[in-house]
Amino acid sequence: MQYQAVKTLEEAVERLSRAEGEHMPLAGGTDLLAQRRAGRIDPKGVVDLKRVPELAEIVLDDHGYRVGAAVSGAELGEHPTLGQDWPGVVEAAQLIGSTQIQGRASMGGNLCNASPAADSVPALIAAGALCSLVGPSGRRELPVEEIILSPGQTCLAPGELVAHFRLPRPGPRTGDAYLRLIPRTEMDIAVVGAGVALELDADGLCTACRVGLGAVAPTPLRLDEAEAILVGRRVEGPVLDELAAAASAAARPIDDMRATAEYRVRVVGVMAKRAAQIAATRAGG
Amino acid sequence: MKRHISTTIDGEALEFLSEDGQTLLDALRDVLLKTGTKEGCGTGDCGACSVMLDGRLVCSCLVLAAEVEGASVETVEGLAEAGELHPLQKRFLEGAALQCGVCTPGFLVAAKALLEINPDPSEKEVRYWLAGNLCRCTGYDKIIRSVLDAAADMRGETE
Repeated sequence: MQYQAVKTLEEAVERLSRAEGEHMPLAGGTDLLAQRRAGRIDPKGVVDLKRVPELAEIVLDDHGYRVGAAVSGAELGEHPTLGQDWPGVVEAAQLIGSTQIQGRASMGGNLCNASPAADSVPALIAAGALCSLVGPSGRRELPVEEIILSPGQTCLAPGELVAHFRLPRPGPRTGDAYLRLIPRTEMDIAVVGAGVALELDADGLCTACRVGLGAVAPTPLRLDEAEAILVGRRVEGPVLDELAAAASAAARPIDDMRATAEYRVRVVGVMAKRAAQIAATRAGG
Repeated sequence: MKRHISTTIDGEALEFLSEDGQTLLDALRDVLLKTGTKEGCGTGDCGACSVMLDGRLVCSCLVLAAEVEGASVETVEGLAEAGELHPLQKRFLEGAALQCGVCTPGFLVAAKALLEINPDPSEKEVRYWLAGNLCRCTGYDKIIRSVLDAAADMRGETE
């Protein structure tokens, strides 16, 4: 397996396109190298993206945050304001793996690995994050929920890569949260996950809401019904039960070693409801 | 293709040749003969191969040797200074915090990383920090207690 570290996006795209899909982009490597070891992938080469500044930095400007796709979970957690502005996103990314994994694993890798159970993805969907993609035909921007097509498959064109995520600077009275269920306390893959981001007005009524669900379908889902249920209402009581029911109704999970489909359908509603309560508390509701 | 790597390992500037696909763990053990770092699972689940890479705790089985060009790597072999064991090593020995010993280098490196950023961790903090280090012998209690004892030693709170 060849290794090449690139310093610019142009170089990365050129290298990845020329190799016609036989070379893979390398960020933290925590999925790529484990899958290679397990014999599931055998790339002819990897293109290390961690030395490309746009992929390696978190920038806050007038438009909000630009979070490099290769920034590690540990670096996300150390940023002075990102965790205050988007606590759900940072918590979700930091649920992935151990301290050691956090030293390397990135949200760009988590997204492009395209697991239905990727923890950071429902939180990014809820946050309304946009992906900036760069490829042979230039740059385009897509919402996170449009990237994963099926388990292990993304919509990225050959030679295309995720350069950064864009997150708005949240206004006052906004909050987000991500919860996942696992049968132990650490080091496991989500049975279900739910991310919620919402905004309240001065009277505590919800003015905007987005919900992302994980591990209950072939891809992480955006729960489109959430907005109609929550907007204009208080995030409490029967409204939360309606949200839970909508999350359960949207779920189309599988049975596997971690849980039955029936259990996932039920518990994803509970997780969505609890995440909404935490998000509302964070928004000052 | 063999690649020429310049790096610093346990404070020593080193150069070595590595196959492009070789992991840092394999380069440490098979090229540099630094066999203090152990392989457990080889897939980032067990933490036995933990090292510090530019001050960050990582699994060396999930890093390519080529990635450490210009970087600084610290392994368990740099823990003892001038023949004097690190307080963590002393406490692991006194507290019988190991049996077969394969996980021990990883626990030592990971625990040292914790105590550098948190000199006075709670038991819960130690357990969470070390969740990515697996031990199939001890049942963890002796390891956790030894880390807490070493932390107290390093704070100067014990004899």
